[in-house]
Amino acid sequence: MRADQILHPTEAGLYCPPGDFHIDPIRPVPRALITHGHGDHARAGHGAVMATRQTLEIMAIRYGADFTETRQVAEGPIRVGDTTVSFHPAGHILGSAQIAVQPDKGPKIVVSGDYCRRPNLVCAPYEPVPCDIFVTEATFGLPVFRHPDPLQEMARLRASMAEFPERQHLIGAYALGKAQRVISLARQAGIDGPIAIHGALQRLCDYHVEQGIDLGELIPATAADVPAQLVIAPPSAFASAWVQRFRDPVIGFASGWMQVRARARQRGVELPLVISDHVDWPQVTQTIRELAPSEVWITHGNEDGLMRWCQLHQIAARPLRLVGYEDEPE
Amino acid sequence: MKAFANLLERLAFTAARNAKLRILRHYLEQTPDPDRGFALAALTGDLKLRAVTPKLLRGLMAERVDEQLFALSYDFVGDLAETIALIWDGDQDDDVPLRDAVALLSDTGRAGLPAAISAMLDRLGPSERLAFLKLATGNMRVGLSARMARMALAEMGDPQVKDLEEIWHGLTPPYQPLFDWIAGGARPEHAAKAPFRPVMLSTPVDLDQLRALDPADHVAEWKWDGIRVQAVNDDGVRRLYSRTGEDISGSFPDVIEALNFDGAVDGELLVRRGANVAPFGDLQKRLGRKVVGKAMLESHPAGLRVYDLMIWQGRDLRDMPHQDRRAILQQADFGSDRIDVSPLLDFATWDDLAALRADPPSIVIEGVMIKRRDSAYVGGRPRGPWFKWKRDPMVIDAVMLYAQRGHGKRSGFYSDFTFGLWDGDVLVPVGKAYFGFTDEELRELDRVVRNNTTERFGPVRSVAPKLVLEVAFEGLNASARHKSGVAMRFPRISRIRWDKPAPEADRLETLKAMIP
Ligand SMILES: [Zn+2]
Ligand SMILES: [Zn+2]
Repeated sequence: MRADQILHPTEAGLYCPPGDFHIDPIRPVPRALITHGHGDHARAGHGAVMATRQTLEIMAIRYGADFTETRQVAEGPIRVGDTTVSFHPAGHILGSAQIAVQPDKGPKIVVSGDYCRRPNLVCAPYEPVPCDIFVTEATFGLPVFRHPDPLQEMARLRASMAEFPERQHLIGAYALGKAQRVISLARQAGIDGPIAIHGALQRLCDYHVEQGIDLGELIPATAADVPAQLVIAPPSAFASAWVQRFRDPVIGFASGWMQVRARARQRGVELPLVISDHVDWPQVTQTIRELAPSEVWITHGNEDGLMRWCQLHQIAARPLRLVGYEDEPE
Repeated sequence: MKAFANLLERLAFTAARNAKLRILRHYLEQTPDPDRGFALAALTGDLKLRAVTPKLLRGLMAERVDEQLFALSYDFVGDLAETIALIWDGDQDDDVPLRDAVALLSDTGRAGLPAAISAMLDRLGPSERLAFLKLATGNMRVGLSARMARMALAEMGDPQVKDLEEIWHGLTPPYQPLFDWIAGGARPEHAAKAPFRPVMLSTPVDLDQLRALDPADHVAEWKWDGIRVQAVNDDGVRRLYSRTGEDISGSFPDVIEALNFDGAVDGELLVRRGANVAPFGDLQKRLGRKVVGKAMLESHPAGLRVYDLMIWQGRDLRDMPHQDRRAILQQADFGSDRIDVSPLLDFATWDDLAALRADPPSIVIEGVMIKRRDSAYVGGRPRGPWFKWKRDPMVIDAVMLYAQRGHGKRSGFYSDFTFGLWDGDVLVPVGKAYFGFTDEELRELDRVVRNNTTERFGPVRSVAPKLVLEVAFEGLNASARHKSGVAMRFPRISRIRWDKPAPEADRLETLKAMIP
């Protein structure tokens, strides 16, 4: 069977005819395999969902227990139609996985979803999965994206907190994954005091703690007076009146995009922190070299840059131009 | 270089002035000489280095990166130096002293420059590469004036801003004698002729406060709406300074040429055509130009109206009472028809002066100055000897159209407002205001914005045109750069007109009729 008969883009997302399932579909389908819990990959309303236990639990927290009719925890190789699928850690957020699809006849395809190769204490590390066709994101698919060591960024946060001890530091971070990663990094960097979190982060932080991830002392940032110098909130909170309880805060934002000054300025932040859950340019190109697949498919992001790199290195590549996936979703 | 790169990055993203000052002060306190002096000069634009062209940089990249990948990256990043700093593939991360980078950029010959830059970039990490490239292209853009630099220095030791202003123009990077002085050493001697001397400033006053004073102890003169300057001719060296000590000689060669005297005088810079003083907008056309064309010199001739003498024919007059300085001023020969003396006003009571203020003989007068006859000339803003009694501001009723979120103490509040006036049946934006209201009013305005938002663009919201704001401003120029055709000076919100329906707000033609 040809590769594009095993997996191809449709309006609902990537579809696998021999297994009769979609991967990360953007609209309701009878059977969905889901890489991770971010809103643009994991949506409610499918007939059946297969994902890691943690992704299923995160979806239940975000959408309610009835987010799908039936669910199945992905563990070990599983037969789906005329294929065998397996889930492997992607190093992106808690529960995130790559999905390997092995048809009974034809090439093995690995859909990596969003992935990251930098050490991250809030999730299992990325695991290289040998394959014939590697499906990759290209969120940061330009050679300007070389994300620094996140602990170096934390040192900048600490320096600012020391330079402005009377000002609270409000750091914007997406609610699932990034927020917990920033808190975990802050702990690694030696920020020991209580960290305040916006109400929208509470349940997801609680869940991380239940899963054995140490986030230290967290207090709610809901009272009129928040007794913590470091406060973490989702980006949407910064446009709301919630911010007004802080007098003269330093506003920061944790994202891989903060590496580009124009992007940081657009956000109006005073302290841009370059912290990403996605592969940067050296990581994505190294991964492709390491896996040496016969073909690379690029789902979304800056695919032109990665396409050009593949061309220069004589690696067969094609863009899938999937729509509906955001750069770094909330 | 690491500390310098960090400084540039922090300053670039910090909006509040006090926060900028603190960041700069910490850097200056923690950085050794001569690096801190070079950094200071780089920030204030006083570091003269070899200018590296974009062409040279592009040439370097062409050897290292695929052209198409570079083009895609540059397109995304939008800034050449930043693109190169990010894309440069080096894994060293040396902390090269800033002085080495400065030496490279001042001493390297043209032929050796590309290789030297390339070798330097190889040694640096990404933030330092960006700092180095900004230094090389002479494009810092961190919003730091020489005045702010002096304010940060003033916080480091005993010398105050006015003391620093006085010696500033005799100094050259890396300012070792300056830092020694701040650390408690000797005051640097004037190295240069025609130094700037701290200007004496006034405090605002109103009629009620004046009634407590004896008019007989005071003189009064017009407050002209130009630019307060200090003009110096010291043994043939001629300089024109703004009141904060910026050297603006380059923009006013006609005035420099007219300084045919020996001394340092305090006055108002004005554009004058014969006996007529032109509005501030005409003067503004002359400001900030590095080169002034012949046509501009003819159509917008500048001149000086003298208020006071500081140094005259070798004598320092500053400790004398004002009336004695004034007597010398009235006898003085300035040797040019571009220079004249600001006349004193004839008044016996404060009510006389109020009547004069209410009906000035020129539209380019923004009020009256009141000075004690016995006042010495003291740099800075001493309370008491000199007052300014400005004319009442102009006001207009405008409609709030857009609002932008503030920074720092105003984080989370919509505090920067764009307002408009009626032109036919559409509202045309005419200006922006972000002060004039109380904290309580800010909260109310924020509520109005949130409850009447029609569209959002990042930190900006467009607001249903309902609320009328009374906007006060100090002056008005015709302006081709503004869509409305007018530019207001110092607009601020003087009152929120909760009572006034938007259709009754003022019309654009009403504002235009106020242009002098
Ligand atoms: Zn994701
Ligand atoms: Zn994604």
